[in-house]
Amino acid sequence: MAFLEVRNVSIKGISAGVPRCVIDNLKEFNDYSREYNAAAFVESTGVKERRIDNLTTSDLCVPAAEQLIVDLRWSKKEIDAIVFVSQMHDYILPATACIIQERLGLSKECYAVDLALGCSGWVYGLSVVSSLLQNGGIKKALLLAGEGKRRVPYDEPLFGFAGTATALEYEEGAEGFKYHFGTDGNGYDAIIIPDGGSRNQFTAKSLEMEDFNGHQINRLYSRMKGMDVFAFGISTVPKSVKQLSEHFGIDYHDADYYVLHQANMKMNNTIAKKLKLNAEKVPVCMDTFGNTSSASIPLTIVTRLNDKVQGLRKYICCGFGVGLSWGTVAFSTNNLLLSKLVEVEVNNEEKWI
Amino acid sequence: MEIKEFIQYFAEQFDETDINEFTPETVFHDLDEYSSLIALSIIAMINEEYDVTLKGDDMNAAVTIEDLFNIVKSKM
Repeated sequence: MAFLEVRNVSIKGISAGVPRCVIDNLKEFNDYSREYNAAAFVESTGVKERRIDNLTTSDLCVPAAEQLIVDLRWSKKEIDAIVFVSQMHDYILPATACIIQERLGLSKECYAVDLALGCSGWVYGLSVVSSLLQNGGIKKALLLAGEGKRRVPYDEPLFGFAGTATALEYEEGAEGFKYHFGTDGNGYDAIIIPDGGSRNQFTAKSLEMEDFNGHQINRLYSRMKGMDVFAFGISTVPKSVKQLSEHFGIDYHDADYYVLHQANMKMNNTIAKKLKLNAEKVPVCMDTFGNTSSASIPLTIVTRLNDKVQGLRKYICCGFGVGLSWGTVAFSTNNLLLSKLVEVEVNNEEKWI
Repeated sequence: MEIKEFIQYFAEQFDETDINEFTPETVFHDLDEYSSLIALSIIAMINEEYDVTLKGDDMNAAVTIEDLFNIVKSKM
């Protein structure tokens, strides 16, 4: 049973960066043989707007991290670890975390690693960073999570771009984090990009358009078995929250906020209903940012709880999706610092290989 | 698990289709109102009422409401 408790670490602040460019799904709906029109799509998914631009995940995470470091009055030389969570890396190699170490101007004495997870990624990343910090060897670290520009130019009206930064610090006596994790690789093809990895190397055939559930897509596009993912979400998330509560002897109804991965409104409403959660305690940001994968939990906290985190606050957060993979965490914050949302524009002066 | 009750829950996922349209023999994919969104509501209903998690392939394999009923029953 993948339960984990990590003490002596707390979250000090969270920030988020999104492209300044807003896409209105009702006006700029990218319809590639869908059965719905724009209005029906927006009504069923809850995604009215989202942010897209020519920006990679690190282009969004770095300004968010810069803002957070300033707001927290942290010194960059104190940050000894960065963990970058995304499925869209700047390059196939090296690890994006290494590039971010340089972009942020952090010390070379810095632990840096990429984690390749999607919607469950923030919770997994939190477990990695908090575990690194729990003995006090490393005192301050950043968890950077999000999803930006894809490897090939395609756009789906459900998804938006965002990059987030979560600042964690060693704090002796801090209550820390209680986790439950799960994985079901049997559903590996529920959300998949079939070509371009080592299993199916990139060839000219990867670019040929083919039918997938009535959509014309090629093998470098992400494809999702929507009904399977929906069934997975509504059955697994309530179970994971209950398992966490039972294992650690906590009453999940005591939490102030339930921050769920922003999958789509229908799925999240079904999950909230099954757990009998008060809708006021379940903040939503997918209406204006879409599904932003591993960024969606911290982005929801930054944009929807901005004036509501003074004093002690208890959270239960659950990330779930591609893998299939899921993680639930219970933690508290005390006067959590939330940076103002950072809106990022493309910088054409930056030179990259 | 009764088919009458199953059909009632099934019908509740639709807003516009006449209640009399729903019988064990109904080919539900052919109902005008049926869509992938309604399919999600049916999956949610089955999960809630019967604690069974269906996959998209189960929904596609069932031709009639009775077929779906039998798939759910076989997974209970």
